Amino acid sequence: MYTVASFAAGLVFGLGLLVSGMANPAKVLGFLDIAGAWDPSLALVMAGAVAVGAGAFALMRKRTRTLLGAPVLLPSAWRIDTRVIFGSLVFGVGWGLAGICPGPALVLAGTGSAKGLAFLAAMMAGNGAFEFLEKKKRVAAGLAPTRSS
Amino acid sequence: MSIAWNAFTPASALMGGAMIGAAAALFVVLNGRIAGVSGILGGLVRPQAGDVSWRIAFVAGLVSAPLAWRVLDALPQIRVDASFPALVAAGLLVGAGTRYGGGCTSGHGVCGVSRASPRSIAATVAFMAAGFATVFVARHLIAP
Repeated sequence: MYTVASFAAGLVFGLGLLVSGMANPAKVLGFLDIAGAWDPSLALVMAGAVAVGAGAFALMRKRTRTLLGAPVLLPSAWRIDTRVIFGSLVFGVGWGLAGICPGPALVLAGTGSAKGLAFLAAMMAGNGAFEFLEKKKRVAAGLAPTRSS
Repeated sequence: MSIAWNAFTPASALMGGAMIGAAAALFVVLNGRIAGVSGILGGLVRPQAGDVSWRIAFVAGLVSAPLAWRVLDALPQIRVDASFPALVAAGLLVGAGTRYGGGCTSGHGVCGVSRASPRSIAATVAFMAAGFATVFVARHLIAP
């Protein structure tokens, strides 16, 4: 049941990326180019998503179990630290270079685009590099290897 | 700054955004988790028993979206201007940066902002600022 719900959520998410234009890197770059001919559309994508999402998150904040009985596992980290800022800046540079973030990367891969697949492969390599460095850091600190998130 | 009115698509942007929000809502209401694509993919790099199938199902849903779309209609325009070397560099930065920062446009930008998490709002401001700056440098300083 959770697997079906996950698939359905992923599918609706992907269709939303296609409808909104977020899956089109040229349009994303048009939004990020504020000094050029600026296309403000993607600000409305985020506004639409947050308007619909906020109610659901407010509802689940008070619950410990979901409608299917799964535990509610929402992040408890609220602190702004150098990790979240530095990591997000690095992500933003990559996003600005190609106009692709992780969700659209999967949708592009689904279209069979060679460029989409190249980006996805590099992104997974970046993921792997992160895991490798984190593991090394934990070993160096003498801690048992644990999962970061 | 000038607004490209001919490229502005407010109706489809709001509609698609609402669908993305609905997907995130469905995910938290049924599975109790954040629909954060970078974290869901990251968990597959070091898989743990019992924690894999829902991740693969979510990823499969995203990958299937263009396939499902094509059954009914031709895909909307998708244009990737970046060269292969630029795509590889961008992919590495996105892959490592999102894991280090604990989220991407979906986990921080949609879910975190929906939850009014200060951490996610700060992350969103940071990646948007870096995105604006990168495009400014690439389009107006390096290749004007």
